[in-house]
Amino acid sequence: MVLDQGLPEPPAESPLSELGEIVVPLEELVDEELELGEIVVPLEELVDEEPQASEDALEQQVEDSVNKKSFGSRLAKAKSAMSGYVTSIRNSEVNESIWEQLEEALILADVGMAATSSVLDRLKKTAKDEKITKGPELLEALKAQMKSDLDVDRTLELNCEGIPVWLFVGVNGVGKTTTIGKLGQSLAIQGHSVVMAAGDTFRAAAAEQLETWADRCGAHFVRGQEGADPSSVIFDAIISAEKRDADVVLADTAGRLQNKVNLMEELAKVRRVADRKPGSVAEVFLVIDATTGQNGLTQAREFALSVDVTGVVLTKLDGSAKGGIVFAIEKEMGLPVKLVGLGEGIDDLVPFESEEFVETLFSN
Amino acid sequence: MFESLSDRFDGIFGRLKGKGRLSQGDVEDAMREIRVALLEADVNFTVVRDFVERVKIRCLGSDIAQSLTPGQQVIKVVNEELKAILGGETLKITFAASPPTVILMAGLQGSGKTTSSVKLARWFKSQGRNPLLVGADLQRPAAVEQLRTLADRIDVPVYSDSIGPLAVVQRGLEQAKTLGRDVLIVDTAGRLAVDTELMDEIASISDAIEPDYTFLVIDAMTGQDAVNTAEIFHGTLELDGIILTKLDGDARGGAALSVKEVVGRPIAFASTGENLEDFDQFHPERMAERILGMGDILTLIEKAEEVFEKEEAEVAAQRLLDGTFTLDDFVDQLRQVRKMGNLSGLMAMMPGIPKEMKNAEIDERDVNRVEAIVLAMTPSERVEPALIDSSRRARIARGSGTSTAQVSNLLNQFKEMRKMMKGMAGFGTKKTAKSRKDKKSKKGKKGPGGGRVQAKPAVAAPKFDIGKLDLTLPGLDKNS
Repeated sequence: MVLDQGLPEPPAESPLSELGEIVVPLEELVDEELELGEIVVPLEELVDEEPQASEDALEQQVEDSVNKKSFGSRLAKAKSAMSGYVTSIRNSEVNESIWEQLEEALILADVGMAATSSVLDRLKKTAKDEKITKGPELLEALKAQMKSDLDVDRTLELNCEGIPVWLFVGVNGVGKTTTIGKLGQSLAIQGHSVVMAAGDTFRAAAAEQLETWADRCGAHFVRGQEGADPSSVIFDAIISAEKRDADVVLADTAGRLQNKVNLMEELAKVRRVADRKPGSVAEVFLVIDATTGQNGLTQAREFALSVDVTGVVLTKLDGSAKGGIVFAIEKEMGLPVKLVGLGEGIDDLVPFESEEFVETLFSN
Repeated sequence: MFESLSDRFDGIFGRLKGKGRLSQGDVEDAMREIRVALLEADVNFTVVRDFVERVKIRCLGSDIAQSLTPGQQVIKVVNEELKAILGGETLKITFAASPPTVILMAGLQGSGKTTSSVKLARWFKSQGRNPLLVGADLQRPAAVEQLRTLADRIDVPVYSDSIGPLAVVQRGLEQAKTLGRDVLIVDTAGRLAVDTELMDEIASISDAIEPDYTFLVIDAMTGQDAVNTAEIFHGTLELDGIILTKLDGDARGGAALSVKEVVGRPIAFASTGENLEDFDQFHPERMAERILGMGDILTLIEKAEEVFEKEEAEVAAQRLLDGTFTLDDFVDQLRQVRKMGNLSGLMAMMPGIPKEMKNAEIDERDVNRVEAIVLAMTPSERVEPALIDSSRRARIARGSGTSTAQVSNLLNQFKEMRKMMKGMAGFGTKKTAKSRKDKKSKKGKKGPGGGRVQAKPAVAAPKFDIGKLDLTLPGLDKNS
């Protein structure tokens, strides 16, 4: 099930309701390399193992979309940033040139100078300690190290006092509105009732764009006049969600560059108002375009300061197979990437999977 | 967060004082710093490698000019090379012999094609042309709606229909001919370079309308991938230039440099703000300085020049020099400066401002407070602040929601500034007076040479005013 990482119980008619999210002891599910006591397994992994649970058409639809949209396979059409390097590294011994190649590869994936240096310093230590001499072993050690760096909780939060509000923020053109559209669809398929708030009152026709998405997935849609106060639009949406007993409010905001002080203050206000009863801000998603370079780190830093970001949505990853900047963002800022956009279709928004992300980064 | 490159160089070369030539080791150190600076600015890796190699050779060969420190010497070489890469001249648009001149806009999703299309239309309009916009982005919901809304604001017509992008573009071309519009700007859907189907589509659009100019719209925040994207678009469409968007952010925009280097086409236009007039032809020399983190004083001056009503600025400058500058003028200037963007952004653009000051949060509320205080004064108090005694001060504080200490603080700063300006009057009066006279007597059309000379003093006035602002901004004085 595409997005059901930690969502509250779906409605009773869903055959999956008794599953929700299950805590499974490690040894039953995961290979022994991981050293966790127990892990929370997202629903979709269980669905694959228990196909007999499915009979309902809705369930089938969801499962289809899961099978169809495996993270790694979806990235296949874009050439990996590092493919050339990976082949060469696999065929060489551990020497000075292999370190240079690794550095180049990581920088080309937008991991950034600072994060690249720290990754490679640690890898050098590992290589020395474990006496790694061959390229392929070094590559595996690097992957393992990056995976363990990215091993964080990515649960989507819907449990809170009041009407949960998911706020979408970011610079211009990253895909906030489109992300809300796709997410609304996924949540609707899972049986949640969704209210969309057109909090982007600045960009021409932004509300119309979101309304089109709302119509497609049957979400209730709330908008204001162009130029209206975004806080009030979102608050109206929360009130309306309360009346309809909706499960979540997806609130769009206007794109803004993080160095515009006034606009960042406006955003902080939006968050404060959305957090007022009966609303409760459960997630603040920073939407980042996967082709973003080092400025992504500045974006994360500034937006986190203004609105206390809880997670990152990485969009347009199908175009570049990169997004190395999220590595720096997770490492430096501790902000988990929760969702990934892999295309223009309505079901092209999937949970982030760090293992697959790292594998894809180094595939050839 | 970025230490400016010149600061770092000064550190590296500090010990070199008095040496006449840079050694291999000195240059290697500097090149490492340059490499990091360029990579942090998102310049493409391979472009950086070649670039550093070229700069290294030039630096090792050259004698250090008497007037420059070794650090400055390297910066000079780097700067020249960067400018050479970015393209020496701004793109000159030549118009098609039989109108319309057709312009095709292409790019990734979210790079800013729709907004740039309208901004470009506005630019052509300001050049005396009559553009028609074509909305061929039938993919993104409400994209055409967005185009229409924006185009309405600048009073430029839009053609679109839901008959498929190719047909829309073809009919758009016919429309332009029928309506006698001399520039046709085609906004297309965003597409990924790896999406062959959509790339084929835009290729067929291009074949159908044979554009005079094809522009690739690129977001200034783009990372290493910019080069691949540009190469593929160039391979498909044969680009004529790049439009760089979102330059008003704090990204260094190294992608611009990479794209120019790899594709060999100039950056034609740059978009520097959300307003439709924040768009102009690109000036490579300034971008070089931005990528290196050396501030953007030229752009700042020009921006100031645009925003300040020239007459007003001249009057204010004159009053400053005469010592008759009032608090009203002061608030006016504050508002003018604010029109240019937020203050922190402005400070960041100025070289020579101490780092602590750049990093200091300039609270817009401080500026609002100054405004409130002045507005709470009577007109006569604004002209002659000496009138303000303690009871008046208390009234002003109450009226503006501030404390008497804040009022006193502002008055003191204003007094100091006026005193200082009076002291400087001897240096500037003549020149300014002359320029004003020039302006009056030469209002009509003049030869291009005369116009240029005349422009210079007008630049000087706003620059002067910005300097003044730094002296008086509350909250800053403690840090400076």
